[in-house]
Amino acid sequence: MSTADLTAQYYDLNEHDHPEGGSTQLGFWIYLMSDCLIFAMLFAAFGVLGANYAAGPGPKDLFELPLVAVNTAMLLFSSITYGFAMIEMQRGRVGGVKFWLVVTALFGAAFLSIEMYEFSHLIADGATPQRSAFLSSFFTLVGTHGLHVTFGLVWLGVLLVQLSQHGLIEANRRRLLCLSMFWHFLDLVWVGVFTFVYLMGTLR
Amino acid sequence: MTNPDQTWSPLLGRLSLDAIPYHEPILVATFAGVAVGGIALLGVLTYYRLWGYLWKNWFTSVDHKKIGIMYMVLGLVMFLRGFADALLMRTQQAVAFNGNDGFLPAHHYDQVFTAHGVIMIFFVAMPFVTGLMNFVVPLQIGARDVSFPFLNNFSFWMTTAGAVLVMASLFIGEFAQTGWLAYPPLSGLAYSPGVGVDYYIWALQIAGVGTTLSGINLIATIVKLRAPGMTMMRMPVFTWTALCTNVLIVASFPVLTAVLAMLSLDRYVGTDFFTNDFGGSPMMYVNLIWIWGHPEVYILILPIFGVFSEVTSTFSGKRLFGYTSMVYATVVITVLSYLVWLHHFFTMGSGASVNSFFGITTMVISIPTGAKMFNWLFTMYRGRIRYELPMMWTVAFMFTFVIGGMTGVMLAVPPADFVLHNSLFLIAHFHNVIIGGVVFGTFAAMNYWWPKAFGFKLEPFWGKVSFWCWVPGFWLAFAPLYVMGLMGVTRRMRVFDDPSLQPYFIVAALGAGLIACGIGAMLVQFAVSILHREALRDETGDPWGGRTLEWSTSSPPPEYNFAFTPIIHDLDAWAEMKSQGVARPLEGFRPIHMPRSTGAGVILAGISMVFGFAMIWHIWWLAGASLAALLMTAIAHTFNYDRSYHIPADVVARTEAERTRQLALTEGA
Repeated sequence: MSTADLTAQYYDLNEHDHPEGGSTQLGFWIYLMSDCLIFAMLFAAFGVLGANYAAGPGPKDLFELPLVAVNTAMLLFSSITYGFAMIEMQRGRVGGVKFWLVVTALFGAAFLSIEMYEFSHLIADGATPQRSAFLSSFFTLVGTHGLHVTFGLVWLGVLLVQLSQHGLIEANRRRLLCLSMFWHFLDLVWVGVFTFVYLMGTLR
Repeated sequence: MTNPDQTWSPLLGRLSLDAIPYHEPILVATFAGVAVGGIALLGVLTYYRLWGYLWKNWFTSVDHKKIGIMYMVLGLVMFLRGFADALLMRTQQAVAFNGNDGFLPAHHYDQVFTAHGVIMIFFVAMPFVTGLMNFVVPLQIGARDVSFPFLNNFSFWMTTAGAVLVMASLFIGEFAQTGWLAYPPLSGLAYSPGVGVDYYIWALQIAGVGTTLSGINLIATIVKLRAPGMTMMRMPVFTWTALCTNVLIVASFPVLTAVLAMLSLDRYVGTDFFTNDFGGSPMMYVNLIWIWGHPEVYILILPIFGVFSEVTSTFSGKRLFGYTSMVYATVVITVLSYLVWLHHFFTMGSGASVNSFFGITTMVISIPTGAKMFNWLFTMYRGRIRYELPMMWTVAFMFTFVIGGMTGVMLAVPPADFVLHNSLFLIAHFHNVIIGGVVFGTFAAMNYWWPKAFGFKLEPFWGKVSFWCWVPGFWLAFAPLYVMGLMGVTRRMRVFDDPSLQPYFIVAALGAGLIACGIGAMLVQFAVSILHREALRDETGDPWGGRTLEWSTSSPPPEYNFAFTPIIHDLDAWAEMKSQGVARPLEGFRPIHMPRSTGAGVILAGISMVFGFAMIWHIWWLAGASLAALLMTAIAHTFNYDRSYHIPADVVARTEAERTRQLALTEGA
C-alpha cells in the first residue's frame, strides 16, 4: 500500500464541519437525569418523614384534592400545548410556535398561582414548613417543583424574545427541544408528586 | 469568633469587625504570609503586564487543555493549604500530652480537621482528577474539544469560587467544626449557630454545580466525540475510567446537592429535616450523604486506575494485559459503589441482616479491584520495564494500595467495624487508599503527561527525591495510626490522657515532616524543570513511546489538537499507527471549526461567589441583588449566538509545517 493510501486510511482527509450542538440533546438528557435524582432525594425524604406529623396536621386535614386536581389538569394541559408548539415548529411556522408557547405559559402560570394559593392557605392555617418534618418535606418537594416551573416560565419568556429576533434557526430549534424535554419532565415529576404526596397522603 | 447572639445589621448582615480573627496569632501570621505572598504575586503579574495575557489566553479560554491545566494548578494550591492543616494536626497531637494543651484551641483544632478533609477531597483530589480527565480525554479520543466548551470553563470557575469561599473562611469568620461531612444535629442551627457550617454548605454547593456540569460534559464528549473507528471497546482505559467516573459524578453529586439543600433549609428557614424534634431524622442525613459519599471515593480512584493502566502499559512497552476484564472491572466497581454506603455507619443499629448485606457487597468490591491489580502485574510480566518516575509511582501505588485495600476489607466486617469505627485505624485506612492511590496516581500522571502539556519533561532527580520522601514518609505517618487505631484510639482528638501514646504520635509527626520534604522536592522539581526546559525539551510529541492518540500530536498540542481527525483501527491506536509506519498528512489542510473564548464563565462564577458570601453572612440585600445579577447575566449570555469561529487553513498549514520541521530536526539529531 502506498504511503498516501495508508495516510488516508488512518486520517479523515475529507472531514466536514460538524454541525454545532450535536451533543446538546444527549447532554440535556443527562442533565435531566441529574435533576431527576434531586427530586428522587426529595421524594425519599418525603417517604421517610412524610408520616412524622409531630402532633400537627396531616394530609387529610390539609389537602384539598379537587383543587389539586384542577392544578394537575393545568400542568397536563400545558404539556399538550407545548406539544402543539413543537408540531408547529416542525411545520416551520414561527407564529404558531409562539402562539402555543404563550398558551403553555398561561397554563403554567395558572398552575403556579393555584400552588401559591394553596401554600398561603396552609401557612395561614399554621401548617408551616417549620411545623413538622412532614410539612418540611412536603413544602420542599412541592416547592422545588414549583421553582422549576418558575424557571421554565422564565426560559419560555426568553425563548419567545429570541424566536422573535431570529425565527426558527437551528439554535432556536435546539433550545425549543430542550425546553420541551424540561417541561415534559416537570410534568412527569408532578404526576409522581400528585400520586405519592397528595393521593397516597390522603389515604394514609 | 462568631457570636450567636451577635447583632445583625441590614447592610452587613452578621458581618462585623469581630469576624476578623485578629486575636488569634496563628491566623494573623498565616494571613500576613498569604497577604505578602499574594501582593508579591499580584505585583509580579502587574510588573510583567501578564493580566491581559492571563485573561485572554487562560481565564476566558474554553480550550480543554488549558482548563485542565488550570484545574491542576487549583488542586496544587489547595493541596498546600490542606497539607498545612495536616501538619498543624500532627504537631498538635504530638505535643498535647501530660497536661500540655498544645497550641491549637479546641474550636480552632476542630476547624482544622474539618477544613483538611473538605479541602483535600473537594478542592484537591476532585480538581486533580477533573483536570486530568479534561486534559487527556479529548486528546485520547481524537476530539478537538469537549462537547460543551463554555460549560467546561464555567465548571472550572465554579469549583474555584467554592475554593475561594473555603479560603475566605480562614480570615473572615470561621469554618465548620463538624468534621468533613457535617453530620446533624451537630451541624444544625442549635449546635453550630455560627457561619462555619454556612461556609461549608455554600462552598460545596457552588463547587458542586461545577462538578455536576463537568460530569455531564465529559460523558457527552466521550459518547459523542470519539474519532471514527473508536468503538467502545477500542477506547483507551483511561477514557473508560473517565466515563465511569463521570457517570458516578452525575449520579451522585445531585444527591449531595439535595441533602445540603435540606440542611440549609433547616438552618435558614427552620425546617425539621434533620432536627431531633418535630419528627426530623438526623440519620437520614447520614444515609443520604453517604449515598453520595461512597461513590465519591470511586469518582476519585477510578480515573487514577486508568492512569496506572496507561503508565504500566507504556513503560512495560506492551499492550495492557486483560483490557476487556479491566473495562468490566471498572463497570462493576461503578455499579457496586452504590450498594455499599451503609458500611460507613454499621454502628447505626440497622440490625444484623442489613449490616451483613452491606458487609458482603463491600467485600465483593475487592474482587474487581484485585483483578485490576493482577492485570497490571501481568502487563509488567515479561515487559521491558523502564523505571521512569511515572512507573515508580505506579509500583509504589501497588505496594501501598493493596495494604489499604486489605484494611478496607477488615473494616467491611461489621463486628470488626464495631471495634474500629471512628478510630485512627479508619483514618489510616482511608489515607492509605487516598494517598497511596489518588495522590500517588496524580503524581504519576503529572510526570507522565507534563511533557504533553508543556513540551518538556520533568527533571527526574528532584522527582526521585520527592518520591523517596513521600513513600517512606507516608508509611511513617500512618503506620502508627493503624497501631493506635487497633488499640482503640479515636479520631478527631485534640489532647490525650494516656502518655504511652505519645511516641506513636511523634513518629507520625516525623512522617508528616518527611512528606513535607517530598512536597518541597516536588516544587523544586517543577522550578528546576521550568528553568532547564530547553535541555528537557521534547520535540517529538511522544517522549515515552506512548500507545494512545494523545502522543500522536505535538507537545504542547495545537489549539485544534489534530489537523486531521485520526481514524482508529486498533485499541492502542497510536502504537498501531507507528508500527504501520503511517505518515502524517502534510497537505490539504482545511479550516477548523473551533469554539470562541468567553468571559461569561468567570463572571457567572464570580457572581455566584458573591451570592454565597452574602448568604453565609445573612446579607440579604446582596444575596437578592447577586441572584438577580446571576440570572440576568446567564440570560444575556444566551443572546450571544456567535460562539465559534474557523481557524483558517493557512494557519493550520503553518502550524503543521512547523511541526514537520521540528520532527525532521529530531530525526536528524
